[in-house]
Amino acid sequence: MSCSSCKIETPKEYGVGAVKIALAGQPNVGKSMLINAMSGGNRVKVGNFSGVTVDKMEVCFEHHCHLFDLIDLPGTYSIDGFTKEEKVARDFLLNGEYDLILNVVDATNLQRNLLLTTELLELNKKMVLALNMMDEAEADGIKIDKEQLEKILGVKVVFVSAKRGEGIDELLDTMHEIAESSQRAHSRLIYSDPLEEEIIKVRKFLDEKGFSYRDWTNREVAIGLLFEQEKLYKELHDNPIMIELYPMIREALEHIYTHHETKDIKEIRANEHAAIARGVALEVVQQNQAPNSLTLTQKIDSILLNKYLGIPIFLFMMWALFWLTFEFGNIPMEYIDAAITAFGDFVGGYIVDDEIRSLIVDGIIAGVGAVLLFLPNIVILYIGIALLETTGYMSRVAFLLDGFFHKFGLHGKSFIPLVTGFGCTVPAYMAARTLKSEKDRLITLFILGFMSCGARLPVYVLFTGAFFSEAVAGNMLFLIYILGALIGLVMAKLLRIFVFKGEDEPFVMEMPKYRLPSFKLIWHTVYSNAASYLKKAGTFILLASVLIWFASNYPKNESIVEEYSKKIELAKSKEEKEKLVLKLQAKELESSYLGQIGKFSEPFFAPLGFDWRLSVALESGLAAKEVIVSTLGVLYSIGKVDQTSSSLKETLAKNLNIPTALSFIVFVMLYLPCFAASSVFTKEAGGFKYFVYLFLFTTTTAWLLSFITYRVALAIFGS
Amino acid sequence: MIIIIIFKIMLENGVCLKLSELKKHQEARVVRVDAEGELKQRLASFGLIRGAIVKIIDCSIRKSTIEIMVDNTLLALRKQEAEKIEVEKI
Repeated sequence: MSCSSCKIETPKEYGVGAVKIALAGQPNVGKSMLINAMSGGNRVKVGNFSGVTVDKMEVCFEHHCHLFDLIDLPGTYSIDGFTKEEKVARDFLLNGEYDLILNVVDATNLQRNLLLTTELLELNKKMVLALNMMDEAEADGIKIDKEQLEKILGVKVVFVSAKRGEGIDELLDTMHEIAESSQRAHSRLIYSDPLEEEIIKVRKFLDEKGFSYRDWTNREVAIGLLFEQEKLYKELHDNPIMIELYPMIREALEHIYTHHETKDIKEIRANEHAAIARGVALEVVQQNQAPNSLTLTQKIDSILLNKYLGIPIFLFMMWALFWLTFEFGNIPMEYIDAAITAFGDFVGGYIVDDEIRSLIVDGIIAGVGAVLLFLPNIVILYIGIALLETTGYMSRVAFLLDGFFHKFGLHGKSFIPLVTGFGCTVPAYMAARTLKSEKDRLITLFILGFMSCGARLPVYVLFTGAFFSEAVAGNMLFLIYILGALIGLVMAKLLRIFVFKGEDEPFVMEMPKYRLPSFKLIWHTVYSNAASYLKKAGTFILLASVLIWFASNYPKNESIVEEYSKKIELAKSKEEKEKLVLKLQAKELESSYLGQIGKFSEPFFAPLGFDWRLSVALESGLAAKEVIVSTLGVLYSIGKVDQTSSSLKETLAKNLNIPTALSFIVFVMLYLPCFAASSVFTKEAGGFKYFVYLFLFTTTTAWLLSFITYRVALAIFGS
Repeated sequence: MIIIIIFKIMLENGVCLKLSELKKHQEARVVRVDAEGELKQRLASFGLIRGAIVKIIDCSIRKSTIEIMVDNTLLALRKQEAEKIEVEKI
């Protein structure tokens, strides 16, 4: 991105010469949406539940020829720390380098948002307050006195609506102005009388001593000392003034304790902040009626959270999602399938050289094509998950399921990473950071892989499509996902009983207001996910396909070829000739590198009913789950029963039986997540040893359950 | 000891209730938050402190989770947490 009028290029290194802004706010205030509105482009994912921004994120852009570098901190209700995210935010705000804090606030819920604002003000940094969602506030009949708010807080306030793009210019200009100004505006918060009395005492003493600390006023230092700001104490520790200050502060605190009837300074601070927030809201917010959006939310909740209807509605929605994924996904799929086959035949017709043709048609087109085929399914699944995220329904589900989840040793909030896991396991592992308790988090991390990610969907669609009628296939898909989730729950319980024993994390979470999903937002999420899927198909999968093609064609075994070409020449009937050609191809494949690997691991997989091809597909799936399908595509297109262009689905249906297919599905459902996910897991869980545990845990589970599935299915369906 | 007895008497007389004992749509004022450290701090960050007005909006099956409203914020609590919040009806 560059500015046309003044030719500023966005620097390769973020933040060189830019205004550096730390973006802080509570969850669900439309922070990420505001970033999108400010940066003009859609750089970050936006969502309506806590946990979308799990790590701080940087966005760089320019406006009116000024560069801005935004650091998006995770949404936090407080920076006093509770979850991992809140620690991330606090660490950065206290120790990071930035020019100013942009505090985003939900204008429809000013009072509660001000609890964080007051904490931020006590950091004594330059700050701008953005009152977001002004459009909603207007619709709710809320009027806010901006001048008065600025007067009370001592910082600039800007009204914005990220959704409508209003006030964005003003906000950016204000931030630039504040960042450039040499003076920092000082907070004008007024605390309760007893506290103010002590603040004045300490301040006066500091004044008399001619004390100064950074760009803080002595009043700010006094507040910091009385609220026991750790960082301040650390830095003043060696200052001789502390000798005189200590007894003074001790005495002051004693007075404050008596007035507040508690010795917990954090509680006192919280009470003070709550009182300020209440006072400020009373003074600046004018509201005549009960807010419409809140009444509407309560009405919707009375249905969706209904004691008896809530869970059935949720199950129905999940079922509908998977049913749609299959039914609608199937329509374009047939065309794509036909197009890919036709394209392969068409390209193949122009290539004379056998080897090159095989590489391009059987390797690249078959492999990449097998993955492309599932794009429609992936898109539908992502639309569904994006809808769940952005409307606010996700928190309701956590509410509904907490009782149930709790029985399995999980937290209601675990639901959020678990559902994200249906899309992709990588962000799901990161979303697990919303869980405060380390044990809850580890249990969730361990079972996340059992939530089948989008990349496994192709395998399921392929196998259910091949072995079950269309009417059943959609339900089968739903069943597979539910089964994976149930196994996950049971495993969670086992882990809770035998491995991670301990106290439960309290369940306290906000239920955000229902919001209509914006089309732009959904489009962006789905588009970026689909694009990354395609990109993966074009790069990683392509490379893997070539590799697998190579491994399945080499080394060439001359003796077998010679032996068979003689036999073929001698063959009398056409039928016999064809049979011999097939046999030759099968023999060649078996002696290839891939065949050797497959044969080597076959004994391990044999009890599950897998031949060496399925074994190889599973092993290559460790790189990425989509590769399972592309491997099968390559393997079965070489050893195809006839040379006419039949689809992989038909080939599989001819080559495998139902017990094997079921056992394969179960194994894919449960075994180790892909390479990328595993490395994120290792990082999130905190060490390589956890990866080893995960590997053993998932492999054992997958093997045992596949084995059971295979044996039971054999007994039912026969071989 | 005396405080506990007084509390017990208050509880029996229905002056002082636990948040978990309120019925749907009932409103109450928080009297005491009987929690420590992090839980207390988290409740406070949502405005659940002494003097706050709360209203029960909804409960899930067997009241395992409760939805309440504090200062225009909808909040979900587990029964165990709601039991730690003492309230008085208004």
